[in-house]
Amino acid sequence: MAAEAEASAPPGVEAAALAELGQVPWRERTDERFLRRYGRIWLWWTVAYTVPFLGAGIGLVALEPLSFPVALASLAHAWIVPELYAYRGASVVREKGPRNRGGEQVAQGLLGDLLDHDARALQRSTGLAMERSGMGVWLVGEGGALLFPPGGRRAHGFCVGTSDRELPPSDRVAHLLLALRTDEGGFATVANHVFAGAPWRVRRRLPGPMRPALDAARKVARRTPPSR
Amino acid sequence: MPRLIRMDASGHSTLAEWAAEDQAAFDHAISEFREQLDAGYIGVLDQGEGHATQVRELPREAKLVIMRRPIAGG
Repeated sequence: MAAEAEASAPPGVEAAALAELGQVPWRERTDERFLRRYGRIWLWWTVAYTVPFLGAGIGLVALEPLSFPVALASLAHAWIVPELYAYRGASVVREKGPRNRGGEQVAQGLLGDLLDHDARALQRSTGLAMERSGMGVWLVGEGGALLFPPGGRRAHGFCVGTSDRELPPSDRVAHLLLALRTDEGGFATVANHVFAGAPWRVRRRLPGPMRPALDAARKVARRTPPSR
Repeated sequence: MPRLIRMDASGHSTLAEWAAEDQAAFDHAISEFREQLDAGYIGVLDQGEGHATQVRELPREAKLVIMRRPIAGG
């Protein structure tokens, strides 16, 4: 895809890795293989911190029924900790902090020009810009993005944004969208990868108006068979 | 007409416009472009259909060049 972009670039244009990659030279570049490995690590990590709490809760009641308050606390941990991680995953696309609404109308116009008709309509109703790319389907928000790799069985949360707090919300989305289009792997490398797990876990924690965007992205991702 | 814009607090500001045959306007656009690079902005040429390219020199044939701020993991 990058090669196609380079080939179609007018004279005087350099297709290059994302400029911000220089900020994180120690990070392994993110690609499809990295994402699959990262997803498996997250799965086993979730099992590793959930099963002991479940086991302890069940074991305590089996050994001494009067210990059920402690067992309940243990079971609550088994439920709360994964929920907190899912909340963190959903938070990457939530609206955050003070926002400059002053230039939003102008910014919305520019962002609309960058998107095709369907993605523009979805962005206007949900606040999230859907972008199909080599690694899957992205939902880009103001302060991060969710990625649904082909198959749509997993969601990855990336926390990333621009440091300029004065930018209107749609300009923040446009910043991330342009960076993603420039170098998808570089974008995912620069961003902090904060979650990998089942999309339904993220969906439950998303604000209601954003959920149709997640459903639409998953639908598109499902149409693409997962790579091995 | 090709345009150079900068995303900022106002939504976006048009910094320069030039016609292919208007060398003076293009020179002005180059000067604006370099000023923005020096101020830490990154030039991006959106090529549509999910493609964009960073530019370090202003392409005369570009329709729209957008100056954006750097991003970082949050």
